[in-house]
Amino acid sequence: MSTRIRLLHGVHVPHRKNTADQAPVRMPVPSVVRIPMSMNIGKPAVPVVKAGDIVTVGQCIGEADGFVSAPVFSGVSGTVKKLEPMRLFHGAVCQAVVIETDGAQTLCETLRAPEVRDFDSFIDAVGDSGVVGLGGAGFPTAVKLKVDPERVEFICVNGAECEPYITADTRTMLDDAELLVAGIGLLKTYYPKARIIVGIENNKPACIRKLRELTAGGERVEIRALPPLYPQGGEKVLIHNTTGRVVPEGKLPIDVGCIVINTSTLAAVARYIQTGMPLVEKYVTVDGSAVKHPQNVIVPIGTSIADVVEFTGGFQAPPKKILLGGPMMGVSVPDTEQVVVKNTGAILCFAEDEGVLPTPTSCIRCGRCIDACPMNLMPCAIEQAFEKGDGAALEKLKVNLCMECGSCAFVCPGRHQLVETNKLAKTMLNQYHNAQKAEAERKAALAAEKEAAEK
Amino acid sequence: MSAMKVSVSPHLKGARNTQKIMLDVIIALLPALVAAVVLFGFRALLLTAVSVAVCVLCEFVWEKLMHRDVTVGDLSAVVTGILLAYNVPVGMPIWELIVGDVIAIICVKMLFGGIGCNFMNPALVGRVVLMFSFTTDMTTYALPRVSGALVDSVDAVSTATPLAMLDRLSWADLPRLLLGAHGGVIGEVCGAALLLGGVYLLLRRVIKPIIPLAALGSMLLFSWLFGSPQPVLSLFAGGALLGTIFMATDYVTSPITNRGKWIFGLGVGFITAAIRVYGNYAEGMTFAILLMNVLVPYINDLTMTKPLGGAVQK
Repeated sequence: MSTRIRLLHGVHVPHRKNTADQAPVRMPVPSVVRIPMSMNIGKPAVPVVKAGDIVTVGQCIGEADGFVSAPVFSGVSGTVKKLEPMRLFHGAVCQAVVIETDGAQTLCETLRAPEVRDFDSFIDAVGDSGVVGLGGAGFPTAVKLKVDPERVEFICVNGAECEPYITADTRTMLDDAELLVAGIGLLKTYYPKARIIVGIENNKPACIRKLRELTAGGERVEIRALPPLYPQGGEKVLIHNTTGRVVPEGKLPIDVGCIVINTSTLAAVARYIQTGMPLVEKYVTVDGSAVKHPQNVIVPIGTSIADVVEFTGGFQAPPKKILLGGPMMGVSVPDTEQVVVKNTGAILCFAEDEGVLPTPTSCIRCGRCIDACPMNLMPCAIEQAFEKGDGAALEKLKVNLCMECGSCAFVCPGRHQLVETNKLAKTMLNQYHNAQKAEAERKAALAAEKEAAEK
Repeated sequence: MSAMKVSVSPHLKGARNTQKIMLDVIIALLPALVAAVVLFGFRALLLTAVSVAVCVLCEFVWEKLMHRDVTVGDLSAVVTGILLAYNVPVGMPIWELIVGDVIAIICVKMLFGGIGCNFMNPALVGRVVLMFSFTTDMTTYALPRVSGALVDSVDAVSTATPLAMLDRLSWADLPRLLLGAHGGVIGEVCGAALLLGGVYLLLRRVIKPIIPLAALGSMLLFSWLFGSPQPVLSLFAGGALLGTIFMATDYVTSPITNRGKWIFGLGVGFITAAIRVYGNYAEGMTFAILLMNVLVPYINDLTMTKPLGGAVQK
């Protein structure tokens, strides 16, 4: 690209990619897996097995319910013990299929590569693969890809992996590079007008080198090295920093001709189309101060945190905080019974010192949060407006544009939990909108009544 | 397995907290203190130490009395104490300085809610109160002990500051202005020490260069426009460097956006130049910063950032 793009604001987070050199190790099948039916944005899958059923590897155990949904497959062979409600890491409750494994890992007989002839059959195949956004969002990939191919000018393949610790995407780019390149080939075929830009932070030179070798001479494909500035992998940030385009408020990337797809997601799609094996296992980075041997593990979906950590060698210190995902945007979970789901990229366990939240002190109005925000928001002003309960100000400050990347809270010298505030402020803004709507309706009703009375 | 701690992300915080920032400011102020001791003797150190102690004590006692969390650990009171001491002449009676400290911390900072809530720079309000209350003591500038001082005054005890005699200065006086061989309050005389501190603050990214550059730039421009005899040299005289580098850049009382910082700095320079050239006071930096402090909420409102992709406000 000849035009210089001015990169969005960001913060320099520590990298701590301790596991970047370790190829993922396949863990033995745990005795029990619990596979939740809701691992994507949209409707949960509908279970199609019942207690006592024998299941095999790759077998569908939950069917997609409507368009914005994704099917769920078993990554183990064994017997369905029961279906039970399960509380997910984000607090919602959904049905989960509990499978007692037999260890044989018998493959499902009906597994075969799908027939992909044209765009529609490609989208169907992506839907059947059960793949959702593996970078963390969990949006069904088929839904994202099902757009008019003529509208797609750029496809940004997200290999930024800007979160500290996590190296699951790094390993995908290194160990599954051929799959990834096959995926890029599929995108080139079915989106004939699109330029494909693979954005990778330049702290992963091996990935950049390998993918450049494999895509050398290819038209419409570019491996773009990006500075390691968090949140480089945020959807809107990546679009801006690779194409220079800005996704307007309330619009989708496709409205500016872009699609963003994570490297692991694309590799999973390619794997299904090549082999027929749907998404049943994940590369998971296990790290953090409480973990004895940080490493990358290939984990069947539905395996508990406890089982995964035990496989890596257990804890070296009692964990005080356990995260699914990275330290900047990951979710802290209450116990080790939580399971690895489709969009889990890391299990991070921290001992006492890192698990405790620092006590907040007064805002000194230094403006560091403003400098850190990739969206040019003013977190300190949003906090003030929130404390005042000022919905109009929150509207003006565009709190809804916040992607909750945590850059502001990372740099805040007062240690304010600014992401928490923004989440609450979004709810407050919503209530403000509802109240305004109700008020407008009340006034309209009054006016209508008056008019009727006058007649 | 015992229950885990849960909280909203991010779970990782940068190393820098308020205390570390204030510590950097204190470090940046140290060269000027060394210069003050060399130029004015150990009384400069005594004044600074007393001022710091009183400021910290005031904040501590107030918070104890009000049953609030004690925040002296954030070191902001130390900074206020140093800055106020830097703003008095070396001969200032100690009890008068203490009055200034109490006013700065109690009236300007704590009564408005403590750190982050004051709308004016505490040290500068303290200075203004001292100026009006003890005018003679505040304007009796001792001659530095070094030989070759800028003015060979007959009166060894008090001397004029360079600001009061700008028309008699020439470029040959610049080295002495920078090294502090002239009359003035203890922290402002040594321009080189202040610049050194400023460079440290910039390198440590404690402050941005915007406010000092904008303030000094507009001061230069307006001094020249207003017909000051020495627009350039005036930047190294009086409190210009101490004010623009250390006082105008105070986070709490300066705008939060970059555009706001430009406006703030330009305003400080303009008002300072106007007072210096047309006003009754030789020095205008204090009033310039305080006046701009009062405008900060309005500047902040006018210079809100434009969110990326934000729809236009109806």
